[in-house]
Amino acid sequence: MAQVKTQEYWRWPEYRKTVSGRDWHKADIITAGVDIGSVGSKATVMVDGELYSYAIMRTGGVSEDTAIKVTEWALEGTGLEAEKLNYVVGTGYGRVNVPFAKRTITEIACHARGAHYIYGPTVRTVLDIGGQDCKAIRCDERGKVLSFLMNDKCAAGTGRGLEVFADLISVPISELGKVSLDVAQEPPPVSNTCVIFAKAESLALLRQGWPKEKVAAAYHSAMAERIVDLLTRVGVEKDFVVTGGVTNNVGIVQRLERILKIKPLEPQMEPILAGALGASLFAKALYEKEQGLR
Amino acid sequence: MKAHYGYKDGSGDYFIVVDTDKCDGCGKCVEACPPKVLEITENEYDIEGGTMATVKDEHRKKIKYSCAPCKPVAGERRLPCVLACEPKAISHSW
Repeated sequence: MAQVKTQEYWRWPEYRKTVSGRDWHKADIITAGVDIGSVGSKATVMVDGELYSYAIMRTGGVSEDTAIKVTEWALEGTGLEAEKLNYVVGTGYGRVNVPFAKRTITEIACHARGAHYIYGPTVRTVLDIGGQDCKAIRCDERGKVLSFLMNDKCAAGTGRGLEVFADLISVPISELGKVSLDVAQEPPPVSNTCVIFAKAESLALLRQGWPKEKVAAAYHSAMAERIVDLLTRVGVEKDFVVTGGVTNNVGIVQRLERILKIKPLEPQMEPILAGALGASLFAKALYEKEQGLR
Repeated sequence: MKAHYGYKDGSGDYFIVVDTDKCDGCGKCVEACPPKVLEITENEYDIEGGTMATVKDEHRKKIKYSCAPCKPVAGERRLPCVLACEPKAISHSW
């Protein structure tokens, strides 16, 4: 029997980058932040509080292995070795599974701190849309958390939900957001309390003959509505930013903007890194404290 | 910091809010809570450390049910955790 070749529509790119031309030999403090998320793992290396290199990959079955792999990948080609890292902080859903981390800090504190680093001190509301949960965070001008709320009861309104949907309508996940915006008029949203219900409803709509762009629009607006629902509990204050993996989906980000009537700030670097960046910054602060530098 | 533990689902909002600026980690709420929903943990939100009251992991997705025995539908509502907390750091959203 001939095998059917299938495409993994849910798969998103995994990559590493060295962003700074700095010479780490001359650095005083080299730190790393390892963010083991429920779907994706991120590692950032910072040289004197400045982003040096990073890596993003899928979280595998064994979080410990992923933590080691993603950190080694971030260091690859830089000449740096894991032993040279002065301090490593683990964060994210799998933060307790980072074997070489000296401290763990919740992803909530790290996202606020990371957003402060990426977007500057004017940030007051951070919305982190991750693989399996969604967090609304209010913070002050120093990136300190004032209030937060996390929804991890259901994957509706998260990256995993989008992966499931990409597979359903056979559109690669990287193009899903764009496809969902390709409608003349926004259709009524599908159910937003559960991914499985939303998927079932979407399937019914496809069977009724709706084009996949329109179904995608209904699905995305349901997700956006659910996220906004969560956000209203802690309140939205300007400046508003979105972090986490789902920022790569323009369909969600633009709908959030439409519903909230607030334009999120444009990121200077990839917002998916916010958690890991925050962890690296905390690592620097903790190392300085440990060494009595501060 | 106001930490919201709980969820929102089709039937409503269910959050226990702990104000970490007020919570001193004394643990009286933990003793007062009949279904043992609360616990004292390290404050992982602040690099200064310290301890704080949190909702246990296993209860976070079902506090609507875990807390139900303390929430009579009629009559005066006296939540043991809220009453036990001297610095008034705990509140419920429902």
